[in-house]
Amino acid sequence: MAKQHISFNLNGKQVDTLVEPRELLVHTLRENLNLTGTHIGCESSHCGVCTVDMNGQSVKSCTVLAVQADKTEVKTVEGLADADGLHEVQKAFVEEHGLQCGFCTTGMMMRAYRFLQENPNPTEEEIRWGMSGNLCRCTGYQNIIKAVQTAAKNLQNANKSVETA
Amino acid sequence: MSEATTKQEREAALEGMGCSKKRKEDARFIQGTGRYTDDIKLPGMLYADMVRSPYAHARIKSINKDEALALPGVIAVLTAEDLKPLSLHWMPTLAGDVQAVLADEKVHFQYQEVAVVIAEDRYIAADAVDLVQVEYEELPPLVDAHKAMDPDAPILREDLVGKMEGAHSVRKHDNHIFNWQAGDKDATDRVFDHADVVVSQDMYYHRVHPCPLETCGSVASFDKVNGHLTVYLTSQAPHVVRTVVSMLSGIPESKVRIVSPDIGGGFGNKVGIYPGYVCAIVASIVLGVPVKWVEDRMENLSTTAFARDYHMTGEIAADSNGIIKALRVNVLADHGAFDACADPSKFPAGLMHICTGSYDVPVAHVNVDGVYTNKAPGGVAYRCSFRVTEAVYVIERTMDVLAQKLNIDKAEIRRRNFVKAEQFPYDTCLGWQLDSGDYHTALDKVLDAVDYPALRKEQEEKRAKGELMGIGLVTFTEIVGAGPSRNCDILGVGMFDSAEIRVHPTGSVMARMGTITQGQGHQTTYAQIIASELGITSDEISIEEGDTDTAPYGLGTYGSRSTPVGGAATAVAARKIQAKARKIAAHLLEVSEDDLDWEVDRFKVKGVPGQEKTMKEIAWAAYNNVPEGMEPGLEAVDYYDPPNFTYPYGVYLCVVDIDKHTGETHVRRFYALDDCGTRINPMIIDGQIHGGLNEGFAVAMGQELPFDKQGNLLGNTLMDYFVPTFVETPHWETDYTVTPSPHHPIGAKGVAESPHVGSIPCFTSAVVDAFSHLGITHMDMPHNAYRVWQQIQELELTE
Repeated sequence: MAKQHISFNLNGKQVDTLVEPRELLVHTLRENLNLTGTHIGCESSHCGVCTVDMNGQSVKSCTVLAVQADKTEVKTVEGLADADGLHEVQKAFVEEHGLQCGFCTTGMMMRAYRFLQENPNPTEEEIRWGMSGNLCRCTGYQNIIKAVQTAAKNLQNANKSVETA
Repeated sequence: MSEATTKQEREAALEGMGCSKKRKEDARFIQGTGRYTDDIKLPGMLYADMVRSPYAHARIKSINKDEALALPGVIAVLTAEDLKPLSLHWMPTLAGDVQAVLADEKVHFQYQEVAVVIAEDRYIAADAVDLVQVEYEELPPLVDAHKAMDPDAPILREDLVGKMEGAHSVRKHDNHIFNWQAGDKDATDRVFDHADVVVSQDMYYHRVHPCPLETCGSVASFDKVNGHLTVYLTSQAPHVVRTVVSMLSGIPESKVRIVSPDIGGGFGNKVGIYPGYVCAIVASIVLGVPVKWVEDRMENLSTTAFARDYHMTGEIAADSNGIIKALRVNVLADHGAFDACADPSKFPAGLMHICTGSYDVPVAHVNVDGVYTNKAPGGVAYRCSFRVTEAVYVIERTMDVLAQKLNIDKAEIRRRNFVKAEQFPYDTCLGWQLDSGDYHTALDKVLDAVDYPALRKEQEEKRAKGELMGIGLVTFTEIVGAGPSRNCDILGVGMFDSAEIRVHPTGSVMARMGTITQGQGHQTTYAQIIASELGITSDEISIEEGDTDTAPYGLGTYGSRSTPVGGAATAVAARKIQAKARKIAAHLLEVSEDDLDWEVDRFKVKGVPGQEKTMKEIAWAAYNNVPEGMEPGLEAVDYYDPPNFTYPYGVYLCVVDIDKHTGETHVRRFYALDDCGTRINPMIIDGQIHGGLNEGFAVAMGQELPFDKQGNLLGNTLMDYFVPTFVETPHWETDYTVTPSPHHPIGAKGVAESPHVGSIPCFTSAVVDAFSHLGITHMDMPHNAYRVWQQIQELELTE
């Protein structure tokens, strides 16, 4: 099968690579670009451990073709922290014990990262629905909800201090 | 600053036992730098994929590899015929049986491994799987365990025909695996014959799967030049895997390195040794290049491990006040096509004889028959100690039935039968010694917290209006921390565990254990134990597990054994170091050892303020100024063989509201009180309990592996197999009491499995309670909306 050239922005850097037309984005990220923070859990869009951000939306990279990423902006967990340090979502997951085995965590955080931009001040009920595409077997979700709430609070405070500065 | 404040500050600075310390392991996971098996990529690595049987029971007439081999990028296709010359087409199981690595002339369950394809990438391997042509002759499948020992039942295991001396007992039928009994049958029967009240309840504990989000997999790498084999794999017991791999391959254990890297959840799924691992290893040995095998979700749910599948009858003989006089439990255990249960060797039904629960039962008898069926092998302990979930389920359900029969409240009947606090240590009639407990206090605390009388009153009012509200209550006792080597071994290796601690010259620590974390937070909690024992801050203590080249031999992490056994080894090893440190301190301070008091992080000379040596100072001296005749260095190893199991317990209460039009159950409240003895990290304990409760909720309310009459598995994707999302999951309330284990060095009992074990019968108790006023005593799981709705229809509640 002739390989296709794709070019996209990955975590702020331009990436050019050749992929098979049938290749899944998660495999391109993990096998080809060696970004193994994005995981594979079900290969059928149910579990969400492969969640990445694509053009401002959460997508499950196990059911997105790599060719669909052409000319897009993709962010993975490896791009969550910046020069200033960890993202508030990352800090909140540690603070609230929102992770155990860590396998769902990267996809979970990528969903929380996007969800809190869609809804910066969510209720518990809204978090439960907004995050429901991501499964976790370890935590019983309770501390993940707390982590998302803490991240929401800290992100809002950070925005306020930027505004007042 | 007073000295007392300083002491407290120094103690707090250690972040030792009792501290809700944030986890050390989180840093890599939140950055995406965790390293799981599928993340490992070695130069020249090939990929394995399985050809699997579409039939549950069939004879293989032919296998044609030609088309698959012709596909560019396919390196090899191996079948049982190819493994035969190496004697690796069958492998021993942990339960004394054998299991086909690749189907040998016959397939015994749907999705059984028939051939393995090795290719340059996973896409090509998957393509080639479809090109392998296998011709089958279908055989009649055996799906119903109750029919397994019928005279005309199809015989599954032709390799065992005529071999009536099984691994655990004489076999009564070609499909029989074992009969196992505990207790005094005759004495129990006599009590039943003359009892005031007898209740009997049949119940089916359905087949489920642990379903961790990371599936099983391995990367095998054999170096043909130096003869070393390295295998990265998803194992909860890497050291045992090394021993088995060495025995199977003939490679000395010193040249076999097994690494369990980060594990994406285990829950019992990753205890066993699976054909995929063996195939990757064989392929790497044959081809001389690394080979990766990682199963997909469907393969995971269909083939690697199942749990439960116990057809049980619980019977209690009691007096008219509900006081238990005898207990009888009968089990038909469906083990699938090969007996690959992961139990200590002597216990083919695990620790099922903990089924007397929290109660003072004078006499009991347990009878378990294991049978073969055309289903996947397994029988793992899904977030529990061996078959303890089944044991707790049968006693707690039968207690509810007894309460209902005698019209005694289910809290009251438990109170009347509890082992009393003053009876500990308590010898059960089935041979266990419960180490410690105060069940009455725990029950009272929960009933007060939820205002139990008010809940019962509300229920009465709702019933009057025709609404369905149920209150579930469970007072469970577990048996965990396998276990004493006098009665627990795996393949002949005693079930001890180990810790090796090294204190560096500058006073920081590297410690390694024979266990392996899968999310439990060992890197944090073991460090906390050492911090408290040695007076070194837990931040300066690094914990490493899972690499058999560096870690001391241990039996691994399952059955809540890490804290009871590995944690004990850690504390004892630390105490060996402290004992040596005391000698060094005495030498440095020029006093006798008896003149020294230990305080938080230092030895102080009694009655002489200021005369002291901190552990850091002692560590430095250990490398340059030790007493004459003492060897330098400051390290210790401990292999801990526990004198007894530990017996965590809890009281759980659940309130449900059931929609009688849809059958949907809403869990309004779940209150979980756990007593796990000494608490090492309350934050982590709460996290473990939340997770265990949610896995219990999953099992009780929806998970199942159902089969049709042909043995087709009907629910092996996450579309069908219930894993609760944020939306279905209830809110959890946790509480605790602390009753330390008297025989454990730090009094800790283990906690992560209690919530799974205890919550499952609690959900059933609640759902059944919603119908109990209508004469219903039991409903089998899973309590999904359809099944509950069927119960509502049978009772004509919506007429």
